[in-house]
Amino acid sequence: MNKILEVRGLSKIYGPGCPQCLESTGPEADTNLCPHCGSVVAIHDVSFDLFEGEILGVMGESGSGKSTVVKTLYFDQAPSSGEAIFFDNDRQYDLFSLNAAQQRWLRNHRFGMVYQNPNLGLNFNISAGGNIAERLLMSDLMDYGAIRERAKALLARTEVLLSRVDDLPKHFSGGMQQRVQIAKALATQPPLLFLDEVTTGLDLSVQARILDLILEIQQELKTAMVVVTHDLGVIRLLTGRAIVMKYGRVIETGLTDQILEDPQHAYTQRLVASAL
Amino acid sequence: MNPPILQVEGYGKHFQLHEQNKLIPSSHNVSFTVRAGELTALIGPTGAGKSSVLKGIYRTYLPSAGRILYRDAMGHELDLVLASEHQILELRRREIGFVTQFLHCLPRQATLDVVAQPLFALGVSRDVARQRAAELLSAMKLPERLWSVSPATFSGGERQRVNLARGFIAKPRLLLLDEPTASLDPATAERVIGLIEGLKAEGTAMLAIFHHPETTRRLADQVVELDPPPAVEELLEEIA
Ligand SMILES: Nc1ncnc2c1ncn2[C@@H]1O[C@H](COP(=O)(O)OP(=O)(O)OP(=O)(O)O)[C@@H](O)[C@H]1O
Ligand SMILES: Nc1ncnc2c1ncn2[C@@H]1O[C@H](COP(=O)(O)OP(=O)(O)OP(=O)(O)O)[C@@H](O)[C@H]1O
Ligand SMILES: [Mg+2]
Ligand SMILES: [Mg+2]
Ligand SMILES: [Zn+2]
Repeated sequence: MNKILEVRGLSKIYGPGCPQCLESTGPEADTNLCPHCGSVVAIHDVSFDLFEGEILGVMGESGSGKSTVVKTLYFDQAPSSGEAIFFDNDRQYDLFSLNAAQQRWLRNHRFGMVYQNPNLGLNFNISAGGNIAERLLMSDLMDYGAIRERAKALLARTEVLLSRVDDLPKHFSGGMQQRVQIAKALATQPPLLFLDEVTTGLDLSVQARILDLILEIQQELKTAMVVVTHDLGVIRLLTGRAIVMKYGRVIETGLTDQILEDPQHAYTQRLVASAL
Repeated sequence: MNPPILQVEGYGKHFQLHEQNKLIPSSHNVSFTVRAGELTALIGPTGAGKSSVLKGIYRTYLPSAGRILYRDAMGHELDLVLASEHQILELRRREIGFVTQFLHCLPRQATLDVVAQPLFALGVSRDVARQRAAELLSAMKLPERLWSVSPATFSGGERQRVNLARGFIAKPRLLLLDEPTASLDPATAERVIGLIEGLKAEGTAMLAIFHHPETTRRLADQVVELDPPPAVEELLEEIA
């Protein structure tokens, strides 16, 4: 098994920052807001490795920095410091030292993102098929007929009714919007996918089918994934390893079943106990 | 004698519950060997730490003491206590199976797919994997009408058979079994015992906890008796 992503010391501070930011935030300080300068230490010193085809969970309560981790890796936001290396076949990319064009290329070709809020992942003013075509256009597939065929195949794969290819996603149910987002993310067959609370807020039965779809994709395409969720059930079903975050810091990492059944940190013990 | 696959030496486990400020002893100074094609049974009173030994080997629990030496299919020996998380995941995928007392599966996933999952993960085609799952489920007499529905609503005995079939399907080199026949009627238990004997004959090494002493007597090549762990005070002295 090969490493696909190596993240070291990833940090993101919103605000001016000051010399006391780090010591006055985090789990011990019980806040991520620096009392001295008002900055938010959204994440600090996050490190992990991800292997090909592996699903890593990022868990923790609201505001702990889960989304910030994937947003920086997907270039939605620049980190304040830290390093991430993406290994792609025989090439490797130092993500945060690439220029904007190179970052855009990776985003469009090698990474995929599914946001909790479909608004962020989809263009609501163009059809479902158009959303996927848009992503294919940014890659190298140029011929209109081929793009349409591929968009249809992807929507079929994610079980979106083909009769709705030309409808606007804003008229879709939440579960279907997530399917279109997944189809769009998969369009370029990226080896690395970020999933941020993809099933949050959906009906249990809709949730179930999406989880099923995600696992099938992972097994079929060997896609590596970082799955962000505060739902411990989703973590247990999808992921092999997980990291636990609190106030921007990683407080525990381990095999997922070990974190859930033999949590080491006081906070994780409380988190797991409260979910039972 | 068959070659050893697993050597547990001085394994110990205790839980530290921070909130209650409590230390819970679980397994203490456990040592034994498991060999290819043989079944080692763990016995002992309730609370002796039998399940905790299996979970420690599988890394569902982080061991507190001892070594767990495992010889893999390539003949390399590694200490499962020190192995990396990725090494453990790879062993779980390819070599080490665990039939636990509880079944975790995707909601709404069909029983056939729940059972076939370990083969899917090894890259076996879906059709072949489902075919193999169907064979195992019929061998265990799980009614065919249940195959296409989720085990979520199954009875204890039905669910246990699903769990067993999933544990057997990939023919692991080492199989951990935690009371696999506890909620089965005698006739079904008999079939499961037959399947365990079959796997053993094919070379699978097994470490098992059985509910009925009679089952232990019939299947075990070796019996390891665990004593309840010492009281917290003694444990603390030892750690200090
Ligand atoms: N643009 C921003 N400006 C200022 N603070 C921000 C900004 N974006 C996020 N934050 C803060 O950073 C912290 C981490 O946010 P993040 O969205 O990563 O949390 P999360 O763990 O994903 O939470 P949730 O489970 O609620 O989605 C929060 O305190 C949040 O308010
Ligand atoms: N996750 C856990 N957290 C805290 N304590 C635990 C945990 N798992 C086991 N223990 C404790 O460890 C001790 C040994 O438990 P274990 O389940 O291993 O015993 P056992 O021999 O399998 O018992 P039984 O025959 O009843 O199944 C018990 O006191 C139990 O309460
Ligand atoms: Mg979030
Ligand atoms: Mg037990
Ligand atoms: Zn500050």
